[in-house]
Amino acid sequence: MIAFLQDHGSDLLDGLVTTLLVSGGALLLGAPLGLAIAACTLSPRRLPAVAAGLYRSFWRGTPILVQLLVVFYLLPMVGLTIPPALAATLALALNTAAFQSEIYRAGLLAVPRGQIEAARLLGIGRGAAFLRIEAPQAVRLMLPALVGEMLALVKNSSLVSVIAVTEITRRAQQIASSTFRPLEAYGAALVLYLAIAAVLAGIGLWLERRLASGGRA
Amino acid sequence: MTGWLSATELVLFAQAFATTLAISVAGILLAVLLAMPLAVALRSRSALLRRSARFYTEFMRGAPLVILLFLLYYGGPSVGLLLPATTIGVVGLGFYGAAYFAEIFRAGLSAVPRGEVEAARLLRLSRAQCFLRIEVPQAARLCIAPATGQVIALVKESAVLSIITISELTKVAGEISNMSFAVVTPYLTAALLYWALVELVARLGLRAERILSATESRTHA
Repeated sequence: MIAFLQDHGSDLLDGLVTTLLVSGGALLLGAPLGLAIAACTLSPRRLPAVAAGLYRSFWRGTPILVQLLVVFYLLPMVGLTIPPALAATLALALNTAAFQSEIYRAGLLAVPRGQIEAARLLGIGRGAAFLRIEAPQAVRLMLPALVGEMLALVKNSSLVSVIAVTEITRRAQQIASSTFRPLEAYGAALVLYLAIAAVLAGIGLWLERRLASGGRA
Repeated sequence: MTGWLSATELVLFAQAFATTLAISVAGILLAVLLAMPLAVALRSRSALLRRSARFYTEFMRGAPLVILLFLLYYGGPSVGLLLPATTIGVVGLGFYGAAYFAEIFRAGLSAVPRGEVEAARLLRLSRAQCFLRIEVPQAARLCIAPATGQVIALVKESAVLSIITISELTKVAGEISNMSFAVVTPYLTAALLYWALVELVARLGLRAERILSATESRTHA
């Protein structure tokens, strides 16, 4: 096993970097879109609310693998040729935006209306009330959920191996087929994913404890 | 893109949809069956049992399904475990989903007020009676909504089984896509079929929730 890791460890670590880049990129790319969708959902106007609902329903109601393939094959058809890793990041971002919008919506709704009204009565501007009163409290609720979303993204990113992005799973496949030792190759990949999950769980716990104790947000 | 699908493709899609339905149902049933003892173990007084169950759920929830399937499908034969792809798919889906269902069931059971259990025990109900007649029915009501969400998640995860060559919806969409010029249409068709199925499950979940809460208010009236 040690010799196996000496031979293929660097490939797997390379894959780990790609996995983190693709899922981290998707998380960041999906954030503004998720916020926009949450804003549409909370909007009193009908059209944006319906459109946001439809978007969420589709991206949460179909398998990621299928979404990935649709995006991957659709992009060239509309004249966009981008590398697979970028297409994968884009597809995951479109997916996570739907899930993130729920996190943002719940976070914003959890801040009592009365606080905003009180702030407005005290002569605090609308922008300042949002930035100084609403946002800090909402963020406290959102951060742990976003860590959970990152874990989901890391796990989902294992599927981008099907469009030849050399992340952890793809690297393991390559090693398995060149060494005929699938058990070791996929076992090592599994350990890497579990390690990421453990680190993220630790971050989530730390955040929750820190924010619960009224840490300065 | 003249015409969405040919008649042959339609038949292929219908068969694939039936396969997706069958493997999802089988996988979910297995997952729920495994999750029941697991949920009980998660609440056990024995630390060993509790920790082992906790280890299992944390392990499964940190691992991507595709890696678990690869380990069984490609790694299995090297330790003498030669199983058909469909079996591996269903078993994989079942053991993977069990961790999530167990967590849902555990939370549901924990939400039943302690006082009710103590009262029932004082009224001389046996531990088993108390569990089956007091705790489980109430927990079931609380579990319906999150369990519906998990059923939907597993229906979607069943698409991953295409990677180990099972001819379900996603796999067949890929095959049709390779044969025809309309590359995206087959995948979009598959997406729409999944979407319809997921919406159906969501509706059924809501109805089940309504029925269960109706019986609740009647028994308390």
